[in-house]
Parts: sequence; C-alpha cells; structure tokens
Amino acid sequence: MRHATTVVIGAGHCGLAVSRCLAAHSVDHVVLERGEVAHSWRTQRWDSLRLLTPNWMTRLPGHAYRGHDPDGYLTMPEVVGLLEEYATGAPVLTGVTVTSVRAFGDGYLVCTDQGPWRARTVVVAAGAAATAAAPAVPLPPGIPTVTAADYRNPAGLPEGGVLVVGASASGIQIADELARSGRPVTLAVGEHVRLPRTYRGRDVLWWMDASGLLDERWDAVGDLLRQRNLPSMQLVGAPRTLDLNALRRQGAALVGRLSGVRDGAAQFSGSLANVCALADLKLNRLLDRFDAWADRAGVEADAPERFDPTAVPEPVLSARLGRGGIESVVWATGFRPDLSFLDLAVFDRKGRIVHDGGVTAAPGLYVMGLPFLRRRKSTLIDGAAADARDLTDHLVDHLDALAGRAS
Amino acid sequence: MTTSVVDNGVNVAALLGAREAIADAPEIARFQWRSRVSWVNGTHSSAEVDTFHGFGEEQRHTRTFTFDVDHPPQFAAEDNGITPVEYVLVALGGCLTAGIAAVAQQRGIQLRSVRAEVAAEMDLQGILGVDPEVRNGFSAVRVDYRIDADATPAEIEALVAQSQKRSAVYDILTNPTVVTVTVS
Repeated sequence: MRHATTVVIGAGHCGLAVSRCLAAHSVDHVVLERGEVAHSWRTQRWDSLRLLTPNWMTRLPGHAYRGHDPDGYLTMPEVVGLLEEYATGAPVLTGVTVTSVRAFGDGYLVCTDQGPWRARTVVVAAGAAATAAAPAVPLPPGIPTVTAADYRNPAGLPEGGVLVVGASASGIQIADELARSGRPVTLAVGEHVRLPRTYRGRDVLWWMDASGLLDERWDAVGDLLRQRNLPSMQLVGAPRTLDLNALRRQGAALVGRLSGVRDGAAQFSGSLANVCALADLKLNRLLDRFDAWADRAGVEADAPERFDPTAVPEPVLSARLGRGGIESVVWATGFRPDLSFLDLAVFDRKGRIVHDGGVTAAPGLYVMGLPFLRRRKSTLIDGAAADARDLTDHLVDHLDALAGRAS
Repeated sequence: MTTSVVDNGVNVAALLGAREAIADAPEIARFQWRSRVSWVNGTHSSAEVDTFHGFGEEQRHTRTFTFDVDHPPQFAAEDNGITPVEYVLVALGGCLTAGIAAVAQQRGIQLRSVRAEVAAEMDLQGILGVDPEVRNGFSAVRVDYRIDADATPAEIEALVAQSQKRSAVYDILTNPTVVTVTVS
C-alpha cells in the first residue's frame, strides 16, 4: 500500500498552501485531487465571475501578486492559471477521488478510486463550497432551476422572468447580470451583508485587511456559530458597488425571502424592510469601526461618508410561476462542504464537521478553508496562508509526539 | 470601581442558559402552545390558556388565563371582548416588546420607557365575501415604537430590528404557516 506522512485532500488554494508549508517542514506528503488543480474554480463558477478580493490580496505562502493591476480582480481563468503555476513542484496527483478516510493504526487509511493510501495525518482541503444548497421548495413542473454553481450565463436560462433566490455574493451578481441582459429579474432577499466596493477612496477589502478585521481569530470572537454562518459579502469583482439600491436601479424587483409556493405562485416573506434595516445598521457599525481605527492609526483617506439607506420597494408577497411570470429559478442560497467521505466521528448532529480552528477530535486530522476556520478571512484566498502555517505547526507537533511515543 | 447595573427585569443568564441547554439537547426545544376555546353566544367565545409542553415535559402557567373574544356593537355584537384580529396585534406588540427588553438587557442598554402603537389595515370586503380579490387578513401591519433608553438612536434602531429578527409572532405574520383544522 502506498504511504505518505500526510495526505492532503484537494488541490485548490488551501491544499496547495498546506503543501507549501508541509514542504517547508520537510513533511513527506501527497495532494490528492479529484479533478485537476483548481478543480472547482474551473468547473463551478459562472463565466463572468471575477474574484471579489483585489489582486494584491491574492497572497499565498511563497506567492505574492506582482502584476501591473494590483487593484483589479482576477477572472476565473486567471485564478486557475495562478494556481497551476503555484502548484508547480507540489506532489499533486490529479484525477484521484477520495472515497473514504478511516482510522488505521495511529493514522488513517485514505481510500481512493485509484487505490488506498496510508497516512499518519490527513488535511482535508476539499472546499467550503463543494455543494450548492437548494431549499426543498416544491416548484411546479416546467420551471427549470439552476444553482449558483451550475449557472454559466443568461443564455443558459429560458426566456422570460427569472427568480434569483438569495442576495449574497452569488445572488446579487447573477441578478445583476440577468437584469443587464434584459431579463425581468425578481430577487428574493433574506439576511445579507451590505458593503460598498470602496470606502473613503479605498477598496473595502483594504479597510477590512488593514484594520485587522480579517485577522480576527475564531477563539476570540463572540458567538462563533453565528460568525461561521454569516452570509457572504455583497460584492462584485469590479470597481463598482453592487448593493440592493444598485440592483433596483438596474431594474431588479426586490422581494422578501422565498417562503413557499402556493397555488402556482412563489410566496415571499413580509420581512424585507427589516432585513434591509439590519444590513444598513450593520454596515454603518462597520464604517464607524473603520473610521475609529483610521483616526487612531492616522490613516490618510478621503472624508468619512455614509451611504443611502436601502430603498425598500412597495411590498410584493407573491409572484406567478410560469405562464408569463417567473420562468426559471436560480438558487443562490449558499454552499456547503461535502465531507461525506470522512468515515470518522467528527460531525455534529446536523452533519457539520466539528473542529477547533481546523483541528478535529481525530488526532492528526485537520480541515482547511471553512468559514471562520481560524480567522475571519479563512475562506478568502488570502486567508489560506496563516491557517496553513498554524495547522502545519500543529501537525508537525503531532508527528513529533507520535515519534516520541514510538521511540 | 463602580459599574452601573443595567436592569430591564430580564433574566438574561437564564435565557442564555436555556440556549446552551438546548444546543446540547435540541429535543427539549420542541414546544407546544395551546388554547381551548368554547363558544358562548353570538360572536362571543371564551378562550382559556393554562398548559403547554416544553423542556421535555408538560408545563403549566401559574394560573389559568381566560380571554373573552367578541366583536363590538358596530358589528351588532355585545363587545364582551376584543376581536380575534386585535388579539393578533396584542400578540405582535407583546412579542416585539419582550424581545426589545431581552436584547437591550443582553446589550447592556437600560430602558426607561418603551411604547408602541400597533395598527393593522384590513378591508372588510374580504371576510364579507364582497370582493374575492380582497384577502381576509391584514393588508399591512405597522408598529411605531417610542423608546427612551441609555443608547444612541442607531443602537435603539438595532434593538428594534434584532427584536423583529428573533420574534415568533413577527415570523408567524410575515411567513406562511400550515394550519390544519379538523372535527373530531
């Protein structure tokens, strides 16, 4: 049976960052990848998508952006190119799908469709967004649906009105693209995180990074469960703000959360005004925080500003499905990791992996890249470096402990 | 060092304790609320509330509460109690206001006074069957709070917004619910 000290599962930015750190510690390892390097960046992203973080933030262990457009946003082919280059020299085996991981001696048995591996330690970097969530809403037959992972472009949807469910990063971008293509778009809005693209003349990610917000640690924030379940930020990889006000100007109809289907009509919650108020208040608290930090740190930036409250339209509580109304539905209702291959007691009653900053209860089993894993930035490309270093340190200590026990 | 103690009469420690207990044993979170109603005469009925189920066992209020439900003389009724739709407004106002007190306590905000006007619009053409396009229920509900508290206007707005986010009655009113009525 083949053997590696560490098996890393997944050759995306997280797995490759861990591989770099393991190599720096001379830990013999292999990176198993079900498809090609950057698989989900190639296969689960729509055509026009760009990274939501500016180019200067595409930092990985041993890699920094050195191009000519530090304030731009990478296209998906550019992200794939970057990760392919970054993977050069890494011990990646592509086209290897892990089918199970189970305890074996003082390590693990990693079964794949290409045969088993034995490993002392395993780092799961299989992605936070492996599966697109779609709610169990019984739509009438004849209404095609697509998730944010399967959506490619407006031409892939039938003619007519589109209901986009979810107003986080994916939902607002897809709704915007559909509205620009001339489609009648209805956007079902639940809780969301409103952000301007730039604040006081700088990218909002600059403020989040420089003020230390993105470095906030999992073991130092209150209500970690809530932090880990926050919706993604309303941003688009372009030099413009894409919030609900911008979408309304683009012609999208805003409605409340999709709450059900009755008599051939989609029903929407009457809570739209409140979710908008919550997001506006939260945005202003964030900007207050940036301003206070800027004062303390002596940051030179444009004058503080506040944005118009979200203009809530006259309430619409239902919309006809089919027959000239909504002819297709885009589920932009979030993503879930798929860690079903872990044959280990590391899940809670809701099937979520239990971990303390990426360290699971199974000794030597680590997980990477999940929301607020160790830091607020854990799901950003820029968040992989610090988490990979921390977890590699933990992993090396664990190997030392195993070696100490053996000797 | 002296610290001012915020007291809105809410036992936040108990609420947070319940939240932790429920996280460990979600089955104890399954509650059932009940009311018994009996017809008296005309549009007058009387409803009683005493028991409920929750925290894994049968529970009981400290006493039985009785509510008269009727309609006013303008409906050719005897006005033995408020109308059913007004009970909905009572429930919404009570739920949101309790939430405001609890959230304020948790956020360390001392409340001095909390008042709200609750109003609902309804077109009688619905329940009277005059116009099938008009729904029976409310077409809109408005709640207007006046809050005096040791907090900034933005903090007070955030209290009210958070209370809506966590309110059962607000959810009941803004989202569809399956209602099954049987005859035994």
